[in-house]
Amino acid sequence: MTTRRQFLRDSGAFTATLASGATLIAFAEAQAEDGNKSRKVRWGMLIDVANCPEGCSTCVSACSNENGWGDTGNPLTDAQWIRKVAVTDPQSKLRRSLPVMCQHCAEPPCVDVCPTGASFKRADGIVLVDKHICIGCRYCMMACPYKARSFIHEPLQNQKPHAPRGKGTVESCTLCVHRVDGGRLPACVEACAAAGHNAMLFGDLNDPETEISKRVAQHPVRKIRADLGIDPGVSYENL
Amino acid sequence: MKRTVYRELDLSPGFLLVLGLLGLIAAAGLGAAWYMEHYGHIVTGMNNQVVWGLPHVFAIFLIVAASGALNVASLASVFNRTMYKPMARLSGLLAISLLAGGLAVLVLDLGRPDRLIVAMTHFNFKSIFAWNIFLYTGFFVIVAAYLFTQMGRGFGRFIRPAGWVAFVWRLALTTGTGSIFGWLVAREAYDAAIMAPLFIAMSLSFGLAVFILFTGRSCALSGREFGQDLLLRLGRLLGLFIAAVLYFTAVQHLTALYAAEHHDIESFILFGDSIYTTLFWTGQVLIGGVVPLILVTLPTHGVSRVAIKLACALVIVGGFVQVYVIVIGGQVYPLALFPGMEVRSSFQDGVIAGYQPSLPEFLLGIGGVALALAIAAIGMKSLRFLPESLADEAVDPQRVPRTGAVT
Repeated sequence: MTTRRQFLRDSGAFTATLASGATLIAFAEAQAEDGNKSRKVRWGMLIDVANCPEGCSTCVSACSNENGWGDTGNPLTDAQWIRKVAVTDPQSKLRRSLPVMCQHCAEPPCVDVCPTGASFKRADGIVLVDKHICIGCRYCMMACPYKARSFIHEPLQNQKPHAPRGKGTVESCTLCVHRVDGGRLPACVEACAAAGHNAMLFGDLNDPETEISKRVAQHPVRKIRADLGIDPGVSYENL
Repeated sequence: MKRTVYRELDLSPGFLLVLGLLGLIAAAGLGAAWYMEHYGHIVTGMNNQVVWGLPHVFAIFLIVAASGALNVASLASVFNRTMYKPMARLSGLLAISLLAGGLAVLVLDLGRPDRLIVAMTHFNFKSIFAWNIFLYTGFFVIVAAYLFTQMGRGFGRFIRPAGWVAFVWRLALTTGTGSIFGWLVAREAYDAAIMAPLFIAMSLSFGLAVFILFTGRSCALSGREFGQDLLLRLGRLLGLFIAAVLYFTAVQHLTALYAAEHHDIESFILFGDSIYTTLFWTGQVLIGGVVPLILVTLPTHGVSRVAIKLACALVIVGGFVQVYVIVIGGQVYPLALFPGMEVRSSFQDGVIAGYQPSLPEFLLGIGGVALALAIAAIGMKSLRFLPESLADEAVDPQRVPRTGAVT
């Protein structure tokens, strides 16, 4: 007979599903790609800035389409889960363009400051907002060093069932948790590859055999605001 | 020693008029909150860069002033200054009222104010925000108990211990409020331990200024006397607190200026060409600090009641501006994703954000002020908070009358 504990362990990730079928919270330990259940997964991303052309916003469009956020004509209040940032060295004028989204930190300040625990980090490192207990205080937005979070300023329509959103709550990149839990890549990564840039690499940072772990180990990479010691899950190469 | 006689306010037409006006303003604030809740924060001046707007400025000012309003009670119970004892009840009542007004604004500005019950049942104990929920509710309970020891029969021996607990708690409360900003590692304008003592100094100053004006007006409207010497003493104490705020403000900015990494944000606030530089020097430092300090420290013979009350009003205006500069000025400055680099994006990275307070935000904030004053007024009407007289002879029978003309 399978006990509840065994069931949870064997299923890898148990997901609480709403009546609408939307997956909101996933907890318990995620299962590694290689099926090793004793090792913890940490999902992360490596972005090769050299392959990220200025003017290309394929990843942004893909995320917007996948998760149902976008331009409503109010640029100051519209949500942006991912954005292209142009960085210029004021002396050399060297310019780079790169996508910035929730960095899924190991020590996320947004999770620390959230009074209700709505901001939380899954066992596999994905940082999410539980829309059921977010009270819309916006303290996480004050605390995030990456300006990765958006507040929903107005009523929403035509939401995606797998990415529920709500007026008066805070949201950010979910690392396409609904796709990742189904064994697929985040929409931005898939779109970047489909466009032929291959600038975004997704994988398990805790598995030394994954391509992302090898690349991170072999090439100098940078993390945004690494000085804060919060260990972002997103790294940048050739920045 | 002469026994202090406390008496409820009379139900005069003047009282009803004031209460009616406060009720109308509070109702307008409630209407504004409903409007913001119904249409979303799109109807406010807030955006994804400036996430805390004018309501937070009002709320933080009221919360900070609440703990400072308890000064007079602490002076009486903790520091045993007998002349302040007749005002200790009123001090506690005003502290509770201001906190209630501030929290009402804070809660009604939430994206989901309907989820208040969630905030009271789900706690992340690593969050200073969650700690503050306990500090605020604890303040209500402790000050209410403190008032009970003062007003209930036979509890006199508990006044001093209750006063001590309230005193320590109010210091913890303001430390918590300051730490909401002090512990924000991501924002250059905050992330400093000095925010806690700065907020304590602000609370001492703002709270006393509000208390002096509130007590003076309550006495004037109810035909009670408010002693000249008492006012002068409170004014001199206010001077000490104004100096403390100026001191901590100076240390805050000098410390930041010393570190090259903070030069940009300090230049923006202190030497920029934005409204925040004007607000800092003219509103916060000059109107809220230097001028009232001069007004309350002028040689005693030259000090008039009007000068002290004007000083209190200036401290309140300047204090409000100070909270505005801290809350809004600190947010409009962009996050340093790549220190030393020029950054641009479609999400307002690298640019100074704009913020235009909207009418609903103002109404919500001023509604909180009205709510606080209405609670205090109803309290004074219902229970014996206000002495029959605060004349100098009544509060300090042993006093030596001051010589010289004071107008």
